[in-house]
Amino acid sequence: MDASSIHGRLKDRFGEKIVAFQSETLQPWAVVAPDAIADVAAFAKSDPALAFDNLLCLSAVDYPKEDPPRMEVVYHLFSYEHRHVFVLKVHVPREGAHVPTVEGTWAVANWHEREAYDLFGIVFDGHSDLRRILLPDDWIGHPLRKDWVDPDFYNGMHVKPTQQMAERAMAGEKIGVGPFDFTPPNRHVEE
Amino acid sequence: MDLVFGVLPSGLPYWLRVGLAGAVCAVILITLVALGPIAYVYVETKIAGFMQDRIGPKRVGPHGLLQTIADALKLMFKEAIYPAGADKMLFILAPCLVVVGAFLSFVVLPFGSRLQAVDLNVGLFYVVAVSSISTVGLIMAGWASNNKYALFGAMRSAAQIVSYEIPAVMVLLTVVMMVGSLSLQDIVWAQGGGLSRWFLFRYFPLMPVAFLIFFTAGLAECNRTPFDIPEAESELVAGFHTEYSGFFFAMFFLAEYTEMFVVSVVASVLFLGGWMAPLPALQQLGPIGLGPIWLVAKAWFLVFVMMWLRWTLPRLRVDQLMYVAWKVLLPIAMVLVVAVGGLALWPLTANGFPWDRWAGWLLTPLLFIYLAYMIVAARRWSARRAREMAA
Amino acid sequence: MSTDLQGGGYGWRVDDIDTDEMILNMGPQHPSTHGVLRIELRTDGEIVRAARPHIGYLHRCFEKHAESVDYPGVIPYTDRMDYVASMGNSLGYALAVEKLMGIEVSPYVQTIRVIMAELQRIASHCIAVGTYGMDIGAFTPFLHLLRDREKILDLFEWTCGARLLYNYNWVGGVSHDVPDGFVKACRQFLREFDAVTYPEMIDLLIKNKIFIKRTANIGVCAPELAVSYDLTGPNLRGSGPPRDLRRDEPYIGYENYEFDVVVGEGRFGPRGSCFDRNWVRALEMKESAKILHQAVDRIEKMERADVHEKVPKRVKPAKGEVYARSEAPRGQLGYYIVADGTGVNPYRVKVKSPCFTAMSIFHVLARGMMIADIIALIGSLDVVLGEIDR
Repeated sequence: MDASSIHGRLKDRFGEKIVAFQSETLQPWAVVAPDAIADVAAFAKSDPALAFDNLLCLSAVDYPKEDPPRMEVVYHLFSYEHRHVFVLKVHVPREGAHVPTVEGTWAVANWHEREAYDLFGIVFDGHSDLRRILLPDDWIGHPLRKDWVDPDFYNGMHVKPTQQMAERAMAGEKIGVGPFDFTPPNRHVEE
Repeated sequence: MDLVFGVLPSGLPYWLRVGLAGAVCAVILITLVALGPIAYVYVETKIAGFMQDRIGPKRVGPHGLLQTIADALKLMFKEAIYPAGADKMLFILAPCLVVVGAFLSFVVLPFGSRLQAVDLNVGLFYVVAVSSISTVGLIMAGWASNNKYALFGAMRSAAQIVSYEIPAVMVLLTVVMMVGSLSLQDIVWAQGGGLSRWFLFRYFPLMPVAFLIFFTAGLAECNRTPFDIPEAESELVAGFHTEYSGFFFAMFFLAEYTEMFVVSVVASVLFLGGWMAPLPALQQLGPIGLGPIWLVAKAWFLVFVMMWLRWTLPRLRVDQLMYVAWKVLLPIAMVLVVAVGGLALWPLTANGFPWDRWAGWLLTPLLFIYLAYMIVAARRWSARRAREMAA
Repeated sequence: MSTDLQGGGYGWRVDDIDTDEMILNMGPQHPSTHGVLRIELRTDGEIVRAARPHIGYLHRCFEKHAESVDYPGVIPYTDRMDYVASMGNSLGYALAVEKLMGIEVSPYVQTIRVIMAELQRIASHCIAVGTYGMDIGAFTPFLHLLRDREKILDLFEWTCGARLLYNYNWVGGVSHDVPDGFVKACRQFLREFDAVTYPEMIDLLIKNKIFIKRTANIGVCAPELAVSYDLTGPNLRGSGPPRDLRRDEPYIGYENYEFDVVVGEGRFGPRGSCFDRNWVRALEMKESAKILHQAVDRIEKMERADVHEKVPKRVKPAKGEVYARSEAPRGQLGYYIVADGTGVNPYRVKVKSPCFTAMSIFHVLARGMMIADIIALIGSLDVVLGEIDR
């Protein structure tokens, strides 16, 4: 089935929950309302004409400069039976984003959604185990957002030494945390 | 020891003569035992290298001969780390026990008709008993390390060794029944008269099966692949000796190779004729008996086979290992005990089946021909590869 | 080795655990976990009741880096994801950007790409099968296979100067043309591989009874479960479905080559076991050698062309997005690239790595196994942590 027919079938079933459809691109996509994505996913998998049994990829993208600023969760779907690809997108606000999980439909979404939560802060409702996956468990913040600033401290350690610190260290002062003492290896001692 | 006892002047008091004889024997044995693993480790690394299409050690000394000595020195100078929370006394005692268990077996091994430290009339029983001291040491090592991996390794090892003792000992029983004595020297004397009289070819095909069972069980006793679950490098890091470093590790290593040698010697004594030569004419070189050379050659051949197996076969999982011990080896061993016992009692077959003589003289040349064929085939293979690579 | 009971969902509380059960940590430093992977096992003696993998020890923020360098500058970063099989990574990325920009490379470049990809596939499977044998305890086949991987790496070094991380597949072409004499060297390697390494590997490892006993009855994955967890590549083919992107959606000219898609047959146990996945990898080496023979014959007949012909001076795609997939040695590698039309940096690069999804099935298959089998399972999924963590 080609993209328009797939979109037509989804539209027939879900009506206004399919908010938009973009067909002028390399890989056409349909925008789905956030609260309906779980049902759309279940339908996409179970419907024999669509039979999207494989979730190729679940990505999150941050668009702060769009109007209105939003984050997108992009679902690339593939059907082994019919060999067609389709893209679903969900627009969510940048703060306090909540999307129902599609873990029940495609088990692989478990880890993909954990990653999206970890790096973007999108909360997936109904997820069985939503916790950080790639970053350490005590990390604060969501790095892949466009407004991310690297922290200076992590657990009390200087992450990025400032110019001032570097100068003080070169002058001989011991800089660091606790008994750890960092002496720059190329420090030239003036006698 | 009797030899040394006899050599000492009779003027000395009895206790002094016994003491000196014992001391001399002990020193000789300990030297042999300590020097042996140095050679074995070198040979193993070289064999491993050749089997893996690479050269083993080659830089330390000519052809890497001094590699093991360098390794031993390094291990001696390494810091002995005691893990926090480890039971210190048990931690230190464990490798000692393992080594002691391996060393003590040397006392009754017959290297010649009179070259034996003590000819106990329960020699075989003694060997089996003292080699179990090593097991206690292994378990102690695992427990005292305060490390879950080590504990796992120790538990697996205990289960494995205990399970494989049983078929091994049952197979020993078959030999004992044929000879009527537990003394290792008597067992060797009972195999006098050339290749065909070796117990390996007695009651053909029963005793070859017994030999295979003993060898397999012996492999498992030494924790060698395919039974090296206790030291399964890729699963439990190093199993029961994970936490040992430096000299302690060297002691475990020493004990492993010594055990291998002991098992090989016992297998040679029981099945391959001990210090007897295949032909009576080859037994003496003038006045010098060649007994020790024959025994060591046979034992080294079996050690080589153990090493060969290690680098060829993957390892068995714990439950598969147990399956092999209890459901395969043990039933066969029991059948063998009953069969050989019965045959030994029946006057008609008390000295073996009538075709045993032919079995020995036929099979051994066949074995050597097969070995020669494999060597020739391997050479042709590598010549072909050299041709391919030059083309 | 106790669990951390603070919030955040570790989940296993001390009161949940029987006194018989033990919580064992495998990794992050461990000889057999194929990288820095930590697996928390809840075991009852030797049997594993539950297993949870913890990843992220090798997370290097590839996707964030990709947003701050230009399109060609991302390619060295892609190499470092699956560092065992770098050609596949950069190929996938180059294909995605070329799709976005509408660039078609010449057949000469396509053939070179096929040669490099298949050589890399053989090299990667050498590591996969070799280390799997080593995990099971067979030390020798690993070294034999590594000997052949060395030969392949020598070929790569000759072509582009690097042994492991090549920066080879560029957007619109490749970085270096194949040198003179490459065809002859490649044929020689194939001769040795076909005559010596491959038969020896099959005899020594794949047909080894102990190896079969260790691997043929564990980690059985049904095809539906595999598809649901998005297992691809040899992991999926081991369970039965003959899905191979080189056959289903050919790219860079794979439709011109004759090869079979190897599928797990369940010869010694149920279909979809660890043995089957490994079997697929081992036999795929032979198929890659077949493709290589054909590709090398093809390139010998072609005349030399400029490999930088279609490489754009500045890669600046128009606004758009694309998801492109390719068959990397470990499975289907997917790149989702979003271009915003302004600037030379990608707006977003998301990588769907095959090992990531393969690892997600781990906790399902690991239930009920013994600890020795856990190692066998990880090895059969052929995970490389660089790709999982990016």
